[in-house]
Amino acid sequence: MLPITYYVGLSAMLFTIGAVGVLIRRNPIIMFMSIELMLNSANLAFISFSRYLNRMDGHIFVFIIMTVAAAEVAVGLGIIVAIFKSRGDVNVDDLSEMKG
Amino acid sequence: MSFELFAFVILGLVAVVSGIAVITAKNPIHAVMYLVTNFFALAMFYLVLAAQFIAFLQILVYAGAIMVLFLFVVMILNLTGAIESVRDKLPAQKWIAVALAVVLMLEFAAIAGSGSIATPRAGALAESFGTSKPIGLLLYSQYLLPFEVTSVLLLIAMVGSIVLARRRED
Repeated sequence: MLPITYYVGLSAMLFTIGAVGVLIRRNPIIMFMSIELMLNSANLAFISFSRYLNRMDGHIFVFIIMTVAAAEVAVGLGIIVAIFKSRGDVNVDDLSEMKG
Repeated sequence: MSFELFAFVILGLVAVVSGIAVITAKNPIHAVMYLVTNFFALAMFYLVLAAQFIAFLQILVYAGAIMVLFLFVVMILNLTGAIESVRDKLPAQKWIAVALAVVLMLEFAAIAGSGSIATPRAGALAESFGTSKPIGLLLYSQYLLPFEVTSVLLLIAMVGSIVLARRRED
């Protein structure tokens, strides 16, 4: 079997790609997809540790993360559509009405 | 080169390249397609790591349901590349983000190089490892409370999206 560092390293790379995506893009849909990338990298780490420790608890966490991601996408995309309907534009830099 | 290393290198390349393509794609539809590719590569990883049920869920729920939702919203809003071409209020943010990502990767390399992540000695796996039966047993015994909380979360998300989508009567 491969050392677990390989899988954790790949997971870290995918997480970094997702974090950079959230920071460099201004399109909220692509920012959302970057968040999905980060959640999936966490899932990969959970699954690989689960395999290497020979315990299935990590699978339960992945199951719950998937549910949370589905809930997040449903509400988040609803918010994006609502903003688009009321403003006709969804550049995240312009959405600063609630700034104190 | 063993088969596992070969599979890791190929799938890892697919995952990383499609991940980078997601965050650099100009057209959101292309980004969605790259993300589906990424999810399939991760599902293959789950199969390699003996998590068949989760691999199945990954394709069914993530690549199937969630990405179709993304595609719907991209098509409804028709945001093809129009947003970001106009102006950039924080041009320095991109470079800072990339620099910090490099720092993060260096930090990880330092941790991995220090040998503090030891590879646990995995014994022989049980026959049923990664199938739905042990997951169900764990979910309804040891993890019953998180399971119930997750169902409440789904209920809240459902009500929330209905409230957001409702048309105002005024």
